[in-house]
Amino acid sequence: MRAADRAARNQQQVDEATRRKNAAKQARDLLERKSDSMPVVASPDGPRQIRVVDAELVDPSPTGGVVEVFQQRYLLRLIVGRQLAQQYAASVLGLLWSYIQPALRFGVYFFVFGVILKTHQGVPNFALRLFTAMVFVHYFTETWNGGTRSIWQNSSLVLKMRVPREIFPVAAMFVSVYHTGPQVLLLLVICAIVGWHFSLAAVGAGLLGLAILVTFSMAMALFFSALNVLYRDFQNIVQTIMQFIHFLVPMMYSYSVVNDLGKSHPILYQVYMADPLAEAVLLMQKVFWAPTVSDQSLLKPMFPSNLISRGLITLGVCVVLLYLSQKFFSRLESKFPENL
Amino acid sequence: MVESLVVDHVTKDFTLHYHRTLKQIAVATARGLPLKEQFQAVNDVSFTVEQGESVGLMGLNGSGKSTLLKLINGVMTPDHGTVRTRGRIAGLIATGAGFQPQMTGRDNLFLNGAILGMTETELKNKFDAIVDFADIGKFLDTPVSHYSSGMFARLGFSIAIHVDADIFLADEVLAVGDRPFKKKCLAKMQEIRQQGTTIFYVSHAAASVRAMCDRVLVLEAGRLNFDGPVDDGIRYLQYDDEDGDDPAFEGLMDAELGADI
Ligand SMILES: Nc1ncnc2c1ncn2[C@@H]1O[C@H](COP(=O)(O)OP(=O)(O)O)[C@@H](O)[C@H]1O
Ligand SMILES: [Mg+2]
Repeated sequence: MRAADRAARNQQQVDEATRRKNAAKQARDLLERKSDSMPVVASPDGPRQIRVVDAELVDPSPTGGVVEVFQQRYLLRLIVGRQLAQQYAASVLGLLWSYIQPALRFGVYFFVFGVILKTHQGVPNFALRLFTAMVFVHYFTETWNGGTRSIWQNSSLVLKMRVPREIFPVAAMFVSVYHTGPQVLLLLVICAIVGWHFSLAAVGAGLLGLAILVTFSMAMALFFSALNVLYRDFQNIVQTIMQFIHFLVPMMYSYSVVNDLGKSHPILYQVYMADPLAEAVLLMQKVFWAPTVSDQSLLKPMFPSNLISRGLITLGVCVVLLYLSQKFFSRLESKFPENL
Repeated sequence: MVESLVVDHVTKDFTLHYHRTLKQIAVATARGLPLKEQFQAVNDVSFTVEQGESVGLMGLNGSGKSTLLKLINGVMTPDHGTVRTRGRIAGLIATGAGFQPQMTGRDNLFLNGAILGMTETELKNKFDAIVDFADIGKFLDTPVSHYSSGMFARLGFSIAIHVDADIFLADEVLAVGDRPFKKKCLAKMQEIRQQGTTIFYVSHAAASVRAMCDRVLVLEAGRLNFDGPVDDGIRYLQYDDEDGDDPAFEGLMDAELGADI
């Protein structure tokens, strides 16, 4: 028993010794072959200077997460610019594409739901209500979809350079802002024409909605971008969800329909309303669309009575989600190199 | 002396996934094949470098040199142990490090410089010097996908060397350039060495390492097996375990024979 053990150990050591012997031979060959691969450059004359480095010893890897990304705004700007340039390289219509697609979709929804299915009945300024929702859902889907792919798409930078990796999902969000920005402007112009008026409550609802959108989309982008490095299936999953996400928020139909559903299916109602995107859409309609409606009694069934308190809770949940996504991202980050 | 870099019991594991699709995984599981394997590209490595030291990093291909440099500049994080560095780090670790093929040399210059930590003003001030040194002339506004590997290396090196870093890392990427450019790069590295920058230089060319470095580290299969003066390091690489004159090895052979009998 003990002899066998010793024999095995000896064998192991002999193997190890053989390996080392081979390695030494390889090293000698390599040294000989490469001996002239780099020229010899002597050091310049004169004394060595002492370089005083005014810094502490720190971990060289980026550890600041999303916060660090915002400290490197110049780099963020360059990456967003590059992303945009890449998207429109060799395309004649270029940036126009990001308006043509939403415009067509708007036309189809308006025709199918408004005109054929007549969901616009009892909803004044139906088109404005639809457009408001579409703009912000577009912002969400583009951030989520672009963010999910971002790490994988930028694998050469991720593998070779020291950047806070969160910069890529964040850049995806800014690309999406760049695309939705003009749509929001258009929305404002339309609101002004239709007769929007200022109220503090509306603006408050808007800020709340915006905060939910930003935190929720960022959380989803971070989480899925990390997952997508491990399994590329996730970008397909996201793409699939995006096919029907428009139907799961109250934009083509009004909230009152959903509310009616809640009377017979309370659980379904809660699930539907738990979606932060549905909540954000309602809040945005509260800002942009609701003030343009002259007959305020029509608005009552269009929003849940506890819209704002729901919104605050949703925001809280989204902040927690963002925090958890960042944690998750940081954990998976060290496994990116071998998976890209 | 001031510590520039402290590497403390650092290990980097890589997991190799053999199978990716559901079908492959199912087949492999059914046959009892391993789904993944883990190995240490860098294994329990510790050393300290003072500010201004110039270190040659040697070892066979696959011994973990590039991985160690990536751990030092923060591209990767160790699975065990810690890396601590002082000041700004720049370097060339991979060929065309992070160059975006569709982008022009100019855009890549700005992007790469910004990633290496240069500010907008710094980049604008150094722009001419970088372009001059890289010597890419009229190709500056051409997408880098049209560059030769030499031009790639030149632009990459030129950006990195102009960062004014406290620690400069040069992996084997320089090896692709032409000889006059290599000379120019090494001269520039000698210049920053003179100015007190900490340098890591990976090369198999012993004479070149001897001229550039004060110290040599030798990696073997992820382990740091030698850390000391340059000449000893090169001798270690050349003569370690040479045929016949390693008593330990001889002894083992005898022991094995004995066990067999
Ligand atoms: N991203 C990665 N994923 C998986 N294995 C890797 C990765 N990078 C390097 N390796 C492996 O780690 C080992 C060390 O590689 P490297 O550090 O590049 O060696 P060297 O630079 O000394 O030639 C090699 O076996 C290599 O295949
Ligand atoms: Mg290497």
